[in-house]
Amino acid sequence: MARKGEEELSKVNIFIMGKRYEIPEGYTIMRAFEYAGYRLIRGCGCRAGACGACAVVYRTVGDYRLKSGLACQTPVEEGMNLTQVPFFPAQKAVYDLNRIADPVAEFYRLYPELSRCLGCNVCTKICPQGLDVMYYIAAAQRKDLALTTELSFDCLLCGLCAARCPAEISQFNVAMYARRVYGKELAKKYSYARRRADEIRRGVYNDEVRRLREMDRQSLKELYDRRDIVKAKY
Amino acid sequence: MSYPENLRDSIDRVKASRQARLGAEFPRLTPEEKTALLAAFHPDYRAESKRELRVGPNRGERVPQELADLLEGKSWIDPDRFRLDRVDYETDVLVVGGGGAGCTAALLAREHGARVMLATKLRLGDSNTIMAEGGIAAATEPEDSPMLHYLDTVGGGRYENVPELVEALVLDAPLVVEWLENLGVVFDRRPDGSILTHAPGGHCRRRSHSCKDLTGLEIMRVLRDEVRNKDIEIMEFCAAVELLLDENGNCAGAVLYNFDNQEYLLVRAGAVILTTGGMGRLHINKFPTSNHYGATADGLVVAYRAGAPLLYVDAVQYHPTGVAWPDQMLGYLITEALRAHGAHLVNARGERFINELETRDAVASAIIRECREGRGVRTPTGTEGVWLDTPMIDLIGGQGKMARQFTGICKRFERYGIDVSSDPILVYPTQHYQNGGVKHDPQGKTAIPGLFVAGEVGGGVHGRNRLGANSLVDIFVFGRRAGAAAALYARDGRSGKLTLEHVRRFHRELQKAGIREPVTSPLLIPDYLGAGHKARQHV
Repeated sequence: MARKGEEELSKVNIFIMGKRYEIPEGYTIMRAFEYAGYRLIRGCGCRAGACGACAVVYRTVGDYRLKSGLACQTPVEEGMNLTQVPFFPAQKAVYDLNRIADPVAEFYRLYPELSRCLGCNVCTKICPQGLDVMYYIAAAQRKDLALTTELSFDCLLCGLCAARCPAEISQFNVAMYARRVYGKELAKKYSYARRRADEIRRGVYNDEVRRLREMDRQSLKELYDRRDIVKAKY
Repeated sequence: MSYPENLRDSIDRVKASRQARLGAEFPRLTPEEKTALLAAFHPDYRAESKRELRVGPNRGERVPQELADLLEGKSWIDPDRFRLDRVDYETDVLVVGGGGAGCTAALLAREHGARVMLATKLRLGDSNTIMAEGGIAAATEPEDSPMLHYLDTVGGGRYENVPELVEALVLDAPLVVEWLENLGVVFDRRPDGSILTHAPGGHCRRRSHSCKDLTGLEIMRVLRDEVRNKDIEIMEFCAAVELLLDENGNCAGAVLYNFDNQEYLLVRAGAVILTTGGMGRLHINKFPTSNHYGATADGLVVAYRAGAPLLYVDAVQYHPTGVAWPDQMLGYLITEALRAHGAHLVNARGERFINELETRDAVASAIIRECREGRGVRTPTGTEGVWLDTPMIDLIGGQGKMARQFTGICKRFERYGIDVSSDPILVYPTQHYQNGGVKHDPQGKTAIPGLFVAGEVGGGVHGRNRLGANSLVDIFVFGRRAGAAAALYARDGRSGKLTLEHVRRFHRELQKAGIREPVTSPLLIPDYLGAGHKARQHV
């Protein structure tokens, strides 16, 4: 959606892969790409900061540090020199959760490189979500699934941690495994859905739902208007 | 980048009127007032926003202009020059789309013994699913039942839902939650370990299962991981531009376009499942959208061209409160829960103008009315909106409630220097959901043998208006059903000659209808390129 008069807005200079473009101030990096004429295919996803498709790395004038962000969430700034990282190869273990007898013990078999962590913290520094990646890797090393889950829960799997890791760990995939094992253990202990699902498999509700299915609109409307509503709690 | 100076005046007026508004009841609309409001301001009621289709199975029906252009479009490929004797891939089941419905369908088809290929236009997982915040509806609580879920769903859908589909939805929903739990999805739980549920608008019981405010992300990354654990061929950045039929009219594959090297790939398949999602990125009526970059109605277009009828695609859901500032968050969805917790909607003068708990269509219409009649707030980029007075949440619920309950929203605004517990949020309706889609049966079967659909691309289960938390369950219920049914169907191994005769026929129909310059469709990627750039292209 091109805006009217965007040519007249005040501009900053940014460098996309080293090439200078003048971009309206306040634009996100994603809109800067499009303003400059890049038709994004790779490196563009939900455009709302929820999917991790648009990771970028950049440096700014006079600062040695490498910075990162999501292109759809990060405003441009004068002198920014950037590139997209739409894909980075990562190690992903292949497994069948139903066949793993002791999933916690499997951690080091699936991801033996986990023990190579140097504690350098570059993963935490680069994470555009601001996650404490090194800490969740430490939690994973201790096989603390609950903590790994909690610390990694906002992970968008953009892959920047794995791109930077000198120990060559694919952190986000390690956390993925930890969360799934944790979720499955919780489900084993207390599945709420299972009880209702069993009833449904036994056909307990078939007749009553079929009756509704065959009901005319007026009768449905009467039932609907009469139903009691529990007070909504958020 | 906090609020610009010219918005501060109106924020001050909102602040000034806050105490007086607190505790005051705004009258509900009478049925007559509501009808008049919708007729005057709801985008769906704008006659000029729709037009009659001139070709295809739904000829004569009115659909949104932007969709009509694409449905009446011509193919990316020339059926007379395209060679069908060189098949690039063969598979039992081809799934088109890599969101929640697509990954689910692929997993179930594989589980039923089919060879499966999953092609998706962007990355595996890129979809509206990944953006879903709220939760997934299923009657799992003891005081709830599939019958109540049925009633809520048809009441919300204005009793126009396809009954067989609602039956499938409510009976499968608890099975879906159980399935997701077993795949290792980390749901929110109570201290006793049971799943924490809540009641979104229109549901009479607590039945939405959530994963913080990142439900879709959590489920999507688990499914994506599981697809990669199975023997499923994944084709990313490959968009389906046309379906292939065989000489007997069965769907027998698709033509994929590989964005990376601009090749067209011919995939022969025993069955095809379309799971391409909705049409938010068509910006119907020029609305911003809460949808993913890829939501361009591609599945509707290729299915329609192959002869599959659509249902209720004229019913578009506008969520009343999409973000109108900062510009970077334009269209981003702000949950209804904020209004339920006491945040008022207030115009530029600091006045309320609607009871915040009216239905989505009425609230959206009222916001549009305020803006159109000059009581909206105009931003430096030219968009308009009204205020959602979020500081009231702490005022009513106690200091810190906003930050505690709506962490995700607070964090996102913090990035732009806006503290939503002390300043209001500027909102405007955002195009949120495609209520209708390709007509299908409870197994996902369409009118074309061998063509299945699941998820937002399908239509009927939600009638003309979907309830919150019913879309996340829809994609898994019908993803599972379509995956299993397609695998069984493909087992019979039909091997007719591939043809693009349906495309040729459609092109002739366009000509006959006098459509001289059809656009090329499906759209695939929205056009957001800068005007200056386009001018410099000299085309």
